[in-house]
Amino acid sequence: MTLQTVLLVAAALFCVGLYGAISQQVVVMVMMGLELMLNGVILAAGAFWWFLSPAPDGQVLLLVVITAMTVEMAMGFAVATLLHRSRGSDMTDMATDLSR
Amino acid sequence: MVDDIVFWGLAVVSVASGVAVFRVDSMARATYALAVSFVTVGLVLLLFGLDYLGIVVVLMMVMEMAIMAIYMIMFMGMNPALMPMSMVHGKRTAVTVAGLTFAVLAAGILLVDWPERRGAPAADLTLSLGHAVMGSKMLVMITVSAVLFATIVSALVLALPRGRYDTDGADDGDRASGEAPS
Amino acid sequence: MTGALTQVPAGWVPLAAVLLLALAALGATVDGALAARAQGRHWGSGLGLPMAETARLLRQRRRRTVAADRPLWLIGTGGLLVVALLMVVVVPLGRWTLSDLPVGVVWFNAMDVVVWALVWLAGWGPNSAHSLVGGYRFLAQALAYELPLMFAITAPAVAAGSLAVGDVVAAQEGLWFAVWMPVAFLVFCGAVLAFSVRAPFSAPAGADLAGGVLADSSGIDRWLLLAGRWALMAAGSAFAVAVFLGGGHGPLLPAWLWSLVKTGALLAVLVWVRRRLPTVRPDRLLPFGWVVVLPLVLLQLLVVAVVVVVGGS
Repeated sequence: MTLQTVLLVAAALFCVGLYGAISQQVVVMVMMGLELMLNGVILAAGAFWWFLSPAPDGQVLLLVVITAMTVEMAMGFAVATLLHRSRGSDMTDMATDLSR
Repeated sequence: MVDDIVFWGLAVVSVASGVAVFRVDSMARATYALAVSFVTVGLVLLLFGLDYLGIVVVLMMVMEMAIMAIYMIMFMGMNPALMPMSMVHGKRTAVTVAGLTFAVLAAGILLVDWPERRGAPAADLTLSLGHAVMGSKMLVMITVSAVLFATIVSALVLALPRGRYDTDGADDGDRASGEAPS
Repeated sequence: MTGALTQVPAGWVPLAAVLLLALAALGATVDGALAARAQGRHWGSGLGLPMAETARLLRQRRRRTVAADRPLWLIGTGGLLVVALLMVVVVPLGRWTLSDLPVGVVWFNAMDVVVWALVWLAGWGPNSAHSLVGGYRFLAQALAYELPLMFAITAPAVAAGSLAVGDVVAAQEGLWFAVWMPVAFLVFCGAVLAFSVRAPFSAPAGADLAGGVLADSSGIDRWLLLAGRWALMAAGSAFAVAVFLGGGHGPLLPAWLWSLVKTGALLAVLVWVRRRLPTVRPDRLLPFGWVVVLPLVLLQLLVVAVVVVVGGS
């Protein structure tokens, strides 16, 4: 268990999440991908903290990442609910007109 | 030594269940695979001595995934239990991008000359986290709480079909009548 | 961290499991006696009810449902007992504890959140409408009871100035926390009833749903679910005794016996209470939990914090 190995695992988690976030068609599945990416970030932040500078302040960063995750999820669900209600669908492909 | 074995076990489970999220056919299984991935990461944090944060990750993520499962099943629409399906677009692009990202990250991780460890962890990490949150990093937490509050309000505004004052029968004292809006 | 507690080796876990099951059986027996009395029979005739039910269920054939999600169902049914055991890992028995985690209170909280997932999985697994509705009901009321529960167990931790259960017990020498934080204690007792799916929180397993999450389980599966609920109730009582009722503190008797006696007594009271209360609809619990109970618990926490700050300086 060295910094490199932990970071490699974190990178693997991040990239699996990235694959999901890019490839999935349904909003909630995209969110699962994002969550998995943040999971990797949590692991990486923990590893940096432990192996580089285990100062007390570093732990706050982890708290912030966890908070970011909850915010992401709450907003994602809200948007998915809104999309589902207004269009009866939550496929990302069918919401592309929102960007126009 | 024991730490290494535990770490590798957790790491394998974590990545494998992460992959399973996008491989399994059932939304319930996908969600709980993600929950397993989170729980293992939380346990790895325990290995770093981060007792409080590790257990909080387990707590939050199991809770989040229990709720997430409801949304998954509600919004996927056509998965009674185990209907095989593939709901992906641009699979080849996604695999390429993810693979390239991993290659770049891995190269960076292995090639960068990481600095030596500075400082030592405090004797009681939970206490030191508390001091950090209530002391030098208080501004961060104040911002976080404002952001969380804004999230609650805006998520409710987005998700609620009815307006602020149309509380569906609030006048007769039965706010929880549960009737769906027509 | 805590000098007062002796951490026993992991080889004692089986004993803890036996004690937990014995307490769960005690709860079920008290329930059987009360049920017999409620039916107008002598209370003694209900004492054998749990054992008879166990024997019946162990002989019963397992029911299978069409397109069941077998792995998830098994996790949901088997997990409740495991989680109950993981809860008591941090609860000291007199002077001994299996693990005096520095964050034992948070650990207990995390374990009771795992119950959310397990009950829902037990409802999802059989691919049956009744049990799935039961699982959804549990999540709905979990949202109602979880935040009050969190703040209720924060109060003793604040008063003791530590998240370790051992420190919380040690801080109650002389005065139990239940005495000067009654709201938190009552809310926690309610939460114990809630995460063990007992009235007034029994809608997920309600008769109106043909048993809800229990609807399609039979044989050993059903036994695991029922025993898991009793074990959760016992584990919750044990934790309540540790953080609110002074743990092993008491005159004359040895500390470990006090822990057991108090846990058994609280468990019996909870069983009695749950038989006296009606089932409340989850959608009515939610506004009550958030509008009434949550502010009350927060006020309690404020009082505790003020007392600690004033008394500590």
